[in-house]
Amino acid sequence: MARPGRDAAGPQAPEEADEKQTLPPDARIDLAKERAEIGIDDVFNALDADLVGLAPVKNRIREIAALLLVDRARARFGLSTSRPNLHMCFTGSPGTGKTTVAMRMADLLYRLGYLRRGHLVSATRDDLVGQYVGHTAPKTKDVLKRAMGGVLFIDEAYYLYREDNERDYGQETIEILLQAMENQREDLVVILAGYKDRMDSFFVSNPGMSSRIAHHIDFPDYTLEELEDIGKLMVKAEGYSFTPEAQKTFREYLERRKAQARFANARSVRNAIERARLRHASRLMQTDRPVSKDELTTLVPEDLLGSRVFADQGAETSKAPSA
Amino acid sequence: MRITQGTFSYLPDLTDEEITKQIQYALDNGWPCSVEFTDDPHPRNNLWEMWGLPMFDLSDAAGVLAEVNECRKAKPEHYIRLNAYNANYGKQTVALSFIVQRPSEEPGFRLERQESHDRSIRYTLYPYATEKPHGERYNGQR
Repeated sequence: MARPGRDAAGPQAPEEADEKQTLPPDARIDLAKERAEIGIDDVFNALDADLVGLAPVKNRIREIAALLLVDRARARFGLSTSRPNLHMCFTGSPGTGKTTVAMRMADLLYRLGYLRRGHLVSATRDDLVGQYVGHTAPKTKDVLKRAMGGVLFIDEAYYLYREDNERDYGQETIEILLQAMENQREDLVVILAGYKDRMDSFFVSNPGMSSRIAHHIDFPDYTLEELEDIGKLMVKAEGYSFTPEAQKTFREYLERRKAQARFANARSVRNAIERARLRHASRLMQTDRPVSKDELTTLVPEDLLGSRVFADQGAETSKAPSA
Repeated sequence: MRITQGTFSYLPDLTDEEITKQIQYALDNGWPCSVEFTDDPHPRNNLWEMWGLPMFDLSDAAGVLAEVNECRKAKPEHYIRLNAYNANYGKQTVALSFIVQRPSEEPGFRLERQESHDRSIRYTLYPYATEKPHGERYNGQR
């Protein structure tokens, strides 16, 4: 049947033709201009400003961005480029910023034009694995469909596979995931995250998964200085500030807390600041005089010294800390 | 005879690219999509069979199109349509519904006239396809 509007020059017809036109072989493309046009510098700047440390992670992200940018330029010359494998695995201790980076990654890939929507769908074992026979496949496919055009972020992915139970439905989920990662590469980017050692044993028992992931990125633990910077950023974001003495106390707190068990990097810092705010508030409530704006926004050493980390100075390693 | 029901039915069949754009339009409006199929395309047959459940919380058309293709694979000689449901208060109805696949051969309908009281006539549309039982209509493809 004749298709009206196809042959006639419609409103969008010239635009489409423009895009598909390949450049002559002697043309030049200004990569810096390309960069500026799609605004990935904004993402990088935000990455640098908001995320302290994580040098290897940022390097890898820059490398990926460069590759995608060059691929775009190649495509404009009509050079064929296969779509790069963008599935990733983030490993690292708790609180090292895996989820945050995954969110940034979705935005970055969207700006580079490798994702159509740029949203992030977070899933854990509960969202993917079913309760009875025949429940798993629709559940997993449902999550995959929701994530299409964006990033599927699977936190603590090693829970998908249970070694001790052969009939666990997690295996089915892994198979469906593998299939989607292979066949729907242009629709979906899968990012797995988890602790390093458990992820490694997960990949040992699922070699197919490991080989389909191109980017294994390890998130290093933060140094003391980085943790301090993170704390400052968090305090600032909440509209508070440390006095110089409190700054020193905070550093001491971090030193002590870092040596203790179950230290969760940036997450522990956040919790410490939350509790300092609580103590700050109750301290202000106990004063009978009216308070100034300064007092409302300033954290002093005693807000931090109330922590249990300072309380059991003698036997600090023997007890499980709560702060 | 070409069946015309739903949106776009007087246009040539939409290509996958065009279907994707329509799905994306529906999703951008917040209308969940669902896929239905039938081998009895009588205009009064509103209740087609559901291909899976309606798909909620999607943001990209690729997921819906994948379901359409699954359905096409399983029912190559059926009518398949795509519905987009507008759940907003005051609407709560199908906002967009169009055919995304039709059988290779559409035998069409016979018009039956029944003499009634006085000289009035009752009309019935009779699909030739339904002369055969389920599963044998349209080239015997299930």
